Amino acid sequence: MSKEVLDQWIARSFEQDRRATAKLISWVEDDIERAHIMRSVLKKTGQKMVVGITGPPGAGKSSLVEALTKLYRARDERVGIVAVDPSSPYTGGAILGDRIRMQAHGTDRDVFIRSMGTRGHLGGVTRSTSDVLRILEGGGYGRLLLETVGVGQSELEIMQMADTVVVVLNPGTGDGIQAIKAGIMEVADVFVVNKADLPGADRMKNDIEMMLNLNGDTRPWRPPVVLTSVITETGVESLYEKIEAHQCYMLESGQRDERRKERLRQEVWRHWEDKMRALYEIVWEEAREERVILHQDDPYQLAQMLWEERFKGG
Amino acid sequence: MNKTRIRVLVGKPGLDGHDRGAKVIARMLRDAGMEVIYSGLHQTPEQIVEAAIQEDVDLIGVSVLSGAHMTIFPRIKELLKEQNAEDILLMGGGTIPEEDIVSLIEAGHAEALFTPGATSTEIVSWIKSKLESSKEDVV
Repeated sequence: MSKEVLDQWIARSFEQDRRATAKLISWVEDDIERAHIMRSVLKKTGQKMVVGITGPPGAGKSSLVEALTKLYRARDERVGIVAVDPSSPYTGGAILGDRIRMQAHGTDRDVFIRSMGTRGHLGGVTRSTSDVLRILEGGGYGRLLLETVGVGQSELEIMQMADTVVVVLNPGTGDGIQAIKAGIMEVADVFVVNKADLPGADRMKNDIEMMLNLNGDTRPWRPPVVLTSVITETGVESLYEKIEAHQCYMLESGQRDERRKERLRQEVWRHWEDKMRALYEIVWEEAREERVILHQDDPYQLAQMLWEERFKGG
Repeated sequence: MNKTRIRVLVGKPGLDGHDRGAKVIARMLRDAGMEVIYSGLHQTPEQIVEAAIQEDVDLIGVSVLSGAHMTIFPRIKELLKEQNAEDILLMGGGTIPEEDIVSLIEAGHAEALFTPGATSTEIVSWIKSKLESSKEDVV
């Protein structure tokens, strides 16, 4: 594909052509002209805030995304959604099933839902997630929602990609100790206890509030704990308000820019890591062909040897 | 490092709720290394085509057990055309009589139709033969 043709696709995406937006996402995900596309897109974007929704599998992330989308649509805002599901470590294949819970907006052209497989990336998102969100922004979607894979306790990369992190939990999934553990519980800007129609919701809220009390009064933003139930349609309006409040706080306190500076650093490092990985795949293959590794079973020594060969000219 | 994955939308149009077949196919394609967007039950052709465009899939696979195949396949093709997305292939499976298969394929309302008993190798190799050559052209 020539640069001229590519630039036409980019221009069409900026004119809100959904097909073009979808194509740009695929190319960036497949690493085809990624840098060229993103340089154009990043020039035009970066103003809109990203709301990240994370939590364990089955917590109700997709359903909450749909419920929030309904509220944004009622206010006539266009919504871009990225939903991540895991790829198989064996075949690279994936079943991406988040759309099932988002049927209500299936033919609404002002809602763009894109499903992504993790493709080997750990951390709950994919290596192109933040770029894809910016492509959606360029395509005219002003509300950006990111739903991670179902996470455990430590997939925290969402904190680099979202301006507001919403952690979704369910009643009956842990005691007070779970709430004071490190990891996912620390990165929340807003807590949601979803499926609050089930027993134990208040107890869960109390455990989280107690954990937050231990933080003391030194932090300027105390994450609110919202009870929601998508089935009885309660609490979603309140979640919407808490997200708005957090976004105001991020802007006014300058925290948004702080977080974005950190994100820039992380992204540059990610690109370096990709480059180094590609380089070292070649080094490894060469070492294998030259049978260097056959005579080695000490990984420390082998790593040091190959490293020195590369950087000190052997 | 660039590896273009085959992306497929598996959907279940119409009112019948028997999605075992669609799930088996989804799983089969996953195991063949494809990314399968599973759209769930009771989809209209409009929903299927809109999802296919947003997800930028190479292929739509629909399961039809209700007997509505003579309506559903032409409708999906028509909508794809309206959206300038005729390059997205359409494959189907279900209880479809032989003479209907012939007429749907001849009219270009679907690229391939599989009936009960079709093997996974058959389906996967059809998809790969159709798509892998065109995928390489892009890169």
